[in-house]
Amino acid sequence: MARKTMIEAIRDAMDVSMGRDERVIVFGEDVGFFGGVFRCTAGLQAKYGKSRCFDAPINESGIVGAAIGMAAYGLRPCVEVQFADYVYPGYDQIVSEAARLRYRSNGDFTCPIVVRMPSGGGIFGGQTHSQSPEALFTHVSGLKVVVPSNPRDAKGLLIAAIEDPDPVIFFEPKRLYNGPFDGHHKRPVTPWSKHELGEVPDGHYTVPLGKAAIRREGSDVTVLAYGTMVYVAEAAAAETGIDAEIIDLRTLLPLDLDAIVASVSKTGRCVVVHEATQTSGFGAELATLVQENCFYHLEAPIARVAGWDTPYPHAQEWDYFPGPARVGRALVETMEA
Amino acid sequence: MTDTGMLRFHVPEPEVRPGGAPDFSNVPIPRAGSVPRPEIDVDPREIRDLAFSIIRVLNRAGEAVGPWAGLLSDEELLEGLRHMMTLRAFDARMQMAQRQGKTSFYMQHLGEEAVSCAFRKALAPGDMNFPTYRQAGLLIAGGYPMVTMMNQIYSNEADPLKGRQLPIMYSSKEHGFFSISGNLATQYIQAVGWAMASAISGDNRIAVGWIGDGSTAESDFHAALVFASTYKAPVVLNVVNNQWAISTFQGIARGGSGTFAARGLGFGIPALRVDGNDYLAVHAVAKWAIERARRNLGPTLIEHVTYRAGAHSTSDDPSAYRPKAESDAWPLGDPVIRLKNHLIRLGVWSEERHAQAEAEILDTVIAAQKQAEEHGTLHSGNKPSTRDMFEGVYEQMPPHLRRQRQQAGV
Repeated sequence: MARKTMIEAIRDAMDVSMGRDERVIVFGEDVGFFGGVFRCTAGLQAKYGKSRCFDAPINESGIVGAAIGMAAYGLRPCVEVQFADYVYPGYDQIVSEAARLRYRSNGDFTCPIVVRMPSGGGIFGGQTHSQSPEALFTHVSGLKVVVPSNPRDAKGLLIAAIEDPDPVIFFEPKRLYNGPFDGHHKRPVTPWSKHELGEVPDGHYTVPLGKAAIRREGSDVTVLAYGTMVYVAEAAAAETGIDAEIIDLRTLLPLDLDAIVASVSKTGRCVVVHEATQTSGFGAELATLVQENCFYHLEAPIARVAGWDTPYPHAQEWDYFPGPARVGRALVETMEA
Repeated sequence: MTDTGMLRFHVPEPEVRPGGAPDFSNVPIPRAGSVPRPEIDVDPREIRDLAFSIIRVLNRAGEAVGPWAGLLSDEELLEGLRHMMTLRAFDARMQMAQRQGKTSFYMQHLGEEAVSCAFRKALAPGDMNFPTYRQAGLLIAGGYPMVTMMNQIYSNEADPLKGRQLPIMYSSKEHGFFSISGNLATQYIQAVGWAMASAISGDNRIAVGWIGDGSTAESDFHAALVFASTYKAPVVLNVVNNQWAISTFQGIARGGSGTFAARGLGFGIPALRVDGNDYLAVHAVAKWAIERARRNLGPTLIEHVTYRAGAHSTSDDPSAYRPKAESDAWPLGDPVIRLKNHLIRLGVWSEERHAQAEAEILDTVIAAQKQAEEHGTLHSGNKPSTRDMFEGVYEQMPPHLRRQRQQAGV
């Protein structure tokens, strides 16, 4: 078992999948010869040829639409959108086509595609390289939505996504590509080579879609998080000394409601965190589910910590990013409520 | 049952990859002065061949030749040279500032200075550009203060955009420069919409759209062409073909079409190709297209044939996907050197004066930089406030944002 960055783990997932199944096709902008602007597909064209891994014209609608057509033929495309912020021209193809193909044709045609895209902020990318648009996809019936938080999960989840019979939107929190970033932006980031979740098994394995992981067991309060915010929550728990149980959701749809209910029933308190803007964010869905399923166990109102409802700013990145101080404050307030 | 054989999948490839010798022998370069200049009200069907040639004015000897020459005075040419040199010096300083951590990101114009600098001089006050991230010459040649550009790049306290937008995504209505979004091709159709509005309003101002070779693949490019064609919008649609879209060579966006200009033909839009490294040619073609638009003769598509001599951005390393010496082999040369040689040939410029101007321009740029840095840089000095982050989402701040601003304690 080797230690890998998240980029290497994601590349490994595609490599393993392409090696096992010649129906798996990888394409996107700068994905072929160069291997992607984040290098997630580096070497795949050289290894599998230009018919299996190639550069696409800059047209996200075209990338997703072509993938749907290939899936209808019987292939299993795993395509890259260069940044989640660029997915919107492809949104119609995802929402009106990929998500509904199985339903409207009653299974006559299906759409086993994966649309990968780097998401989230923390790199001074401004409003066009920082967004977390997961809620725009969880709101659409027929899609699955995955957000890994570490290399080991990223590989297993991506292989599961590629093998899944339905369309999967696969977000890659780009600030986690090289290490578990906890929001302390002035401190050096621990590389994945020094983190146990950077240990990535060789060959084929899957992490099932719909299973959360408990990253930190605790008894005081449940924190529901995914992606980068898992590490921000860990830092907040450590700094406040609050015994938080941190659940890494890993997939937002399907959602592991059992894990959420079991934890909140035990702790009686819940803080929901995400980097995406707050209003109509996925946190609203989580808070509602907790209220519906755990109301009589709750000892405090459910708290939400999220990105402010503004476009992602450039200079004020760290005022915007919901870092450990804000999450810690929510933990303290929830304990005191 | 069939004798067609097995289907094969086709993926276009550039002529040369790293390690190979640069080769542009596949790029036909017509002689300077050889392409005719049609009447302004020409029927687009009569000039279809202009979409496959290259309009050039400056020849190898530094002379301005042919029917597109003769529009600019010596003073105007000297000013043009100064604008291009200023943009180049500005880029070099800001590229270095990014490397020094004074900002997060930068995109330079190296090799493409003529396109935006020359085009700007053909416009009239009130006309509106919808630029991409590589047309800062529109601002430099339009007299926009360099210090303000730097304040934006530094996201400092004097940044007119309050630190909200990525470096170089300028905005200035006053200078005919629409806010750059950073998404690709989205603003091409907006240029057409602005032009339609000008026509609806009986105005005489025109709009200018800008796009790169790679982004012509986006659906919004095609939306712009069909709207421009249908409504005969007073718009000039520029395609800056600098050969590379990050690592992707222009053939991926162009496909089986001979040129990007040819995209206009199916829409009945007159389409011209111009030597983008020839200040005089860019200016002459811009003048022609702008006049057509202003005389209610409709849209024109211009493909500027140029070469991105630098990296795509400070996040890019081109040596991974193209030969290192490729830019030296580019057959259309360097726009600054070509105009310099022309002015020397005219007897109004010299190597000595050029070197002196270079030094003066650098001093001016450094002085502007000092002034900008007094207002702070991205990571030091004075910054836009956290309060600014919550402003301007709406004209009136809704209650939920007001509450969030209170939570943020600002």
